[in-house]
Amino acid sequence: MNAASVKNLSIAIVCIVLAALIPFVFNGYWLSIALTAMMYIALSTSWALFSGPTHYISLASGAFFGIGGYLVATGMSDYNLSFWLMMAIAAVVATVLAALIGMATLRLSGVYFVIFTLGLAEMIRNLVSWVQNNFLGSRGLYVLTDFTEAHIYWMLLTVSVIVFALGWVISQSRLGFAMRIIGNDETVARHVGINTAKAKVLLFMTTGFFAAIVGAIIAPRYSYIEPNLVFSPELSFLVVIMALLGGMHRLWGPLLGVIPFTLIWEAISIWLPNFTTLFLGLTFLIIVYFLPNGVVGLLEKLRARVAT
Amino acid sequence: MNTARTLLETINLTKSFGGLVAVNGLNFSVKEREVVGIIGPNGSGKTTVLNLISGALRPTVGSIQLAGQQISNKSAHHIARNGVARTFQLVRVLPGLSVTDNVMAGAVFGRKRLWKNHALNHAESLLQRVGLEDKRSLPVSSLTYIDQKRVELARALAGDPQILLLDEWLAGLNPSELQTGIALIQSLSEEGRTIVLVEHVMDAIRSLCHRCIVMNSGQLLASGTPDAVLSDSAVITAYLGED
Amino acid sequence: MDILISGLLLGGTYVLIAMGLNLQYGVARIMNLANGEMIVLGALASFWVFTTASVSPIFTVVLIFPVALLGNWLVYRYLLIPLVRRAKNQGQLEVDSILATFGMSFILVGIVVSINGEYFTYSFLASPFEVLGSTVALNRLVAFVFAVVIALVLYLWLNRSRAGMAVRAVSVNSASARLVGINVEKVSALAFAIGGAVTAVAGVLISTFITLDASVGVMFTMKALIIVIMGGVGDIRGAIIAALILGLVETAVATLIDPGLTLAAAYLIFLLVLLFRPQGLFGKPQT
Repeated sequence: MNAASVKNLSIAIVCIVLAALIPFVFNGYWLSIALTAMMYIALSTSWALFSGPTHYISLASGAFFGIGGYLVATGMSDYNLSFWLMMAIAAVVATVLAALIGMATLRLSGVYFVIFTLGLAEMIRNLVSWVQNNFLGSRGLYVLTDFTEAHIYWMLLTVSVIVFALGWVISQSRLGFAMRIIGNDETVARHVGINTAKAKVLLFMTTGFFAAIVGAIIAPRYSYIEPNLVFSPELSFLVVIMALLGGMHRLWGPLLGVIPFTLIWEAISIWLPNFTTLFLGLTFLIIVYFLPNGVVGLLEKLRARVAT
Repeated sequence: MNTARTLLETINLTKSFGGLVAVNGLNFSVKEREVVGIIGPNGSGKTTVLNLISGALRPTVGSIQLAGQQISNKSAHHIARNGVARTFQLVRVLPGLSVTDNVMAGAVFGRKRLWKNHALNHAESLLQRVGLEDKRSLPVSSLTYIDQKRVELARALAGDPQILLLDEWLAGLNPSELQTGIALIQSLSEEGRTIVLVEHVMDAIRSLCHRCIVMNSGQLLASGTPDAVLSDSAVITAYLGED
Repeated sequence: MDILISGLLLGGTYVLIAMGLNLQYGVARIMNLANGEMIVLGALASFWVFTTASVSPIFTVVLIFPVALLGNWLVYRYLLIPLVRRAKNQGQLEVDSILATFGMSFILVGIVVSINGEYFTYSFLASPFEVLGSTVALNRLVAFVFAVVIALVLYLWLNRSRAGMAVRAVSVNSASARLVGINVEKVSALAFAIGGAVTAVAGVLISTFITLDASVGVMFTMKALIIVIMGGVGDIRGAIIAALILGLVETAVATLIDPGLTLAAAYLIFLLVLLFRPQGLFGKPQT
């Protein structure tokens, strides 16, 4: 291990310890904001593992997240199964679904993939509501656990740390190198011997896996779950926008998008609740026209300018 | 030369795009350590043949065998791992990667499947081989055209292919670069590499190829030594038209 | 039979939407994900002038066309051309235009919500009408007739006029179109503008028989995209067949199973297309 990686590892450990201490310092309102931010850190970072190198805009996060929340709720409420078992089942279901979607769409051009994921959360919500209304009988699902907000926060922190660690491992691996080549030129990638479809589907499965885990962990926060709450198309867009705002060419990029965006989003939700959609749209345009490489890109550009 | 085993063989190779038949019932073979040129007028189907061999396209009819194994039903990455490497007609470097990483791509995922230091060392030695040892730290997009072509060649070689496909690798070079390029391919041939090249530069064909096949309208028009086919009257007609 | 008639009537309006998106994606190469919001704007305009000034939606069609034409032209000229110019390849333009049009879509939803967050409910020609033994609402039939007429005019314009030929040339190959002296940027802007205007008109027509609100745009975008892909990008004939198929299947699923499953039905069709004919119904296999 060289000096630079020792330094990076120390910084990472300090950040994790500081993040872990937040519930002891804050509670109530600020803890709940930290919890939301931690949720989006896990979601956006795992999203960027796939979308960063491939440039495929996945809008499936809401669907996978919903599967996590909904399966935990159904299992605990209707079948008396444990939270942990349902979390594992949800993760498997979401990963398998991601594999199927990936195999159907990722061998084609990126546009098909975006379109397919665009309505996915809504479609699954419709299906789930239909099944619930016609076969299971419509009733509320309760997720009753002993978890406090601090517990949920720590679980999400753990997931985030795992996502970061995995992201680092991938970046050092053949798979990570393959993804960089695919992002540059997929034709060349195929002709040097990379199974491009397999690499893309694998990383998309990773994204699905983590989104479902996060959805499962969040479920106890709401206690009462219905399909409309957990299968939220808006969540997919928020994940995309935070990752892009931060910048996707660095593993820690999305982090720099999540923190400011969560705070601004919270402020707008309180003071200008009718303008959240408008704000979402403006942020998209700002990213496309002024911050194509996100906050990280901007910082790197400024640093380069200072250095010269 | 005649005792060498057959490395690549196409049997009734045919590719049609809708109504247009780009390659029509092509049979030819390449022996180990042989350098074979594919020549013919524009639109005669040469690049399509390379695309079929490398798996970029699937044949409509017919098959391709590499060392006795059918590869024409396999996908491009599979064919690459089996030892077919190629360069592209319009040079395709990976602009976001360093020169060394461009070459490592071939070493890591090609037939050798090297990793970490082995791949790095292999890439460095190939950069030296193609004459880019001074430029490995430059951004690949800042390289000149011939240097980008060198990167592409080194990337193709890095997988230690059984057969190397060069699609107009010498096109667009100036006269002195052309001499360097021809010498480079010549040295690969002397090393014992099996090479199939599509080329318009006749000097290169004459000095490099052991054998040539001439295509016209997707069909095999002639084959033999470069001198023989280039003086064949049917070939001259195909290139220059009737008098 | 009822399903067949209402399905075809619904499909007629989908034809118009798909033609609009086809012009924008097939010619201007902009994957416009704000397409559904253009429908919502058309519907809102129709609702607004009907309830405030009792103006018939039929007149709104005439009114909205030039307004939407200008609006979409401005969007292309000032927001999208910079993206086209800076894109190094088709892939980058795709990602940029997807993100930019997402932004526009959210901004439009935000604006529509601030004007009217409720359902755009109004009653126009809601009387029953008999077609081939089936009873349908008159407004559906009128919307269908209008959609067919507009689609026909558009089709003739594309195939018979000089400007239409330039549009088709850019659609087939923009690089070659440039070589024969076609101003690709101008033609693309025109195609984008007309596509948007046709979509807004479709919105007016739809609002006469379906109650819309600010949030439904994305569903229409989704359906339009599925139709365009099923029909084959740039293929007008394919889009017409695909639109009618989607209209029929949605109506069948809504009547026979559950209205809540129309999106799931659209997805099923989409999935089948992706698995078996990703090049479109009539497209040749890609090389």
